[in-house]
Amino acid sequence: MFSKKNTTRPFEDQSSVEFFTSKADSSLFMFGSHSKKRPHNLVIGRLFDNQVLDMAEFGIEKFASMQEFKARLYTASGIKPCLIFSGEFFEENDENKRIKNLLIDFFRGATVEKISLSGLEHVINISAVNGKIYIRSYRVLMKKSGSKTPRVELEAMGPFLDLSLRRTRLASDDLFKRALKKAALAKAKKKKNISHDALGNKLGRIHMTTQNFGKLQARKLKGLKRKAPVDKAEKKQTKEGNKRKKVTDADSEM
Amino acid sequence: MAGKQTVVDSVLAQNQTDEPKFKSTHVENAELVEIDEGLLLASNENKLDLKEFRQKPEEILKNLARDATQVLFNSLWQLPVEKVEGHFLIKLPEIKTWLPREKPVPKKKAVTKWQEYAKVKGILNTKKSRMVWDEASKEYKPRWGYKRANDDTKDWLIEVPVNADPMEDQFAKKKTAKKERVAKNELQRLRNIARSQKSKVPGVGLTPTEQPSKEHLEKALAIAHKSTASIGKFTDRLPKEKPSKYTGKKRKFEPSIGNLKSEKEKQLKILDIHSKKIPKIDVTKAANRALRQEEEERSKAAEKKSRKTPKKQRGKKASLGLGKSGGKIRKGGGNKKTRGKRRM
Repeated sequence: MFSKKNTTRPFEDQSSVEFFTSKADSSLFMFGSHSKKRPHNLVIGRLFDNQVLDMAEFGIEKFASMQEFKARLYTASGIKPCLIFSGEFFEENDENKRIKNLLIDFFRGATVEKISLSGLEHVINISAVNGKIYIRSYRVLMKKSGSKTPRVELEAMGPFLDLSLRRTRLASDDLFKRALKKAALAKAKKKKNISHDALGNKLGRIHMTTQNFGKLQARKLKGLKRKAPVDKAEKKQTKEGNKRKKVTDADSEM
Repeated sequence: MAGKQTVVDSVLAQNQTDEPKFKSTHVENAELVEIDEGLLLASNENKLDLKEFRQKPEEILKNLARDATQVLFNSLWQLPVEKVEGHFLIKLPEIKTWLPREKPVPKKKAVTKWQEYAKVKGILNTKKSRMVWDEASKEYKPRWGYKRANDDTKDWLIEVPVNADPMEDQFAKKKTAKKERVAKNELQRLRNIARSQKSKVPGVGLTPTEQPSKEHLEKALAIAHKSTASIGKFTDRLPKEKPSKYTGKKRKFEPSIGNLKSEKEKQLKILDIHSKKIPKIDVTKAANRALRQEEEERSKAAEKKSRKTPKKQRGKKASLGLGKSGGKIRKGGGNKKTRGKRRM
């Protein structure tokens, strides 16, 4: 996409980074470079309102690619990883906290509401020991544990990175606070005549026209029939008497 | 429910320690791991044993990650599960960690001109009911729209007003009036959009009026002249017609080649002015300034004479005539300039 060899130095001049990210409409960027002064350089940063918010520069001291691991246990791309942070470094001061926040933002993947339990198969472990940051990525293997929750085992998947922190350019607290501002959520419109009870059942109130009980169709019963005029009724009774006899005869034969 | 589940899990986990068929899900020091389920994030601030770490770093990192992942999974498995097409889905809770947003909070919608005016005037919306009683059909009908109540568009007879032209079609008049109202509304909507985007608001042009003024007619004529495909280039003019005030002036440039003499003169004139450096005198402005100064001096002198009451008593008391001496009381009116003039 950007094939020209533009001189891009994120720490000296942010404009080119801001231009590229605005073209791609992305708020996160990672920039790799190599020079005599700063060999194997990696810059991770994020933007707010098309302007660089936080940036951290790392030197790569050791790198192991995915191909170097014998067990080729690749996860599907675009999967949401589990993030593990360890080491007291990330809680030492505000700057380190911000770097942790940046790394979370960078690696967290898509924001999802629901996630499949079987889809939790990628773990990124970021630990800081003795002034170095170790990024390790593992594949999760779920084993039987005898209970509902599985026993977790990890298998190295790669890539592995050993990083040392170089320069940082973090946003002022004022700007960061502005970036944290949350929009007042659009109030959900109140739905009329719908309520929920304690058991989680949905109840609705329906308005209907008044019912005409005169036309109500109840169960048909002979006894509830309107009486016919007298002379016709007599004839009917005799007929019905005959019928009953027949039925009783048939029953006795059986 | 969740509490019970944990009890069951722990009992099961204990059973496993008795017969180690499976490895357990129990993690030591699980309380020290902070978890944010919404982000699938677990953070452990424990200090590492450096000596051990130097000997076998990879193993230690892996064990740390495994334990933290196990703690995370233990808490994820407690979340409510839903089965969709053979997959067990969990609903992730809200994110606890504060993360900055990508774009600033969207701005509020710009107020329309009417809303602005209503706010200044303190006009509040009064909610009107949707349904209105319709006298003709004796039932409630919507206030506007299809099958509306008291629909005057459905009138089959319209009374001709007293002053109106008897030959005028009242139905057509009503129709055009409605069309004009709709057009005006649309125009105002577009103007509001233009205003909110801070772009140039288009002019209204000419709106129809009952009794057009002379100026209005002149404007209309100027617009009519220009409203041809060739922007009025071939429009016939009346004899002795003055050029319109409402047509813009065209820029005219000097020819780039031609009259050298006049060009030379112009340039020399500019040079002459600059060399002399005499500031241009605006005679009227200077005269006005001198006059005002004189006036001020005179009024000051007059005030000094009239000021007999002590300074404290001036004001309301003095004006009411309560002061000891009934000196001249300045009768206010007009602005500073006119006050001075009246006294003269």
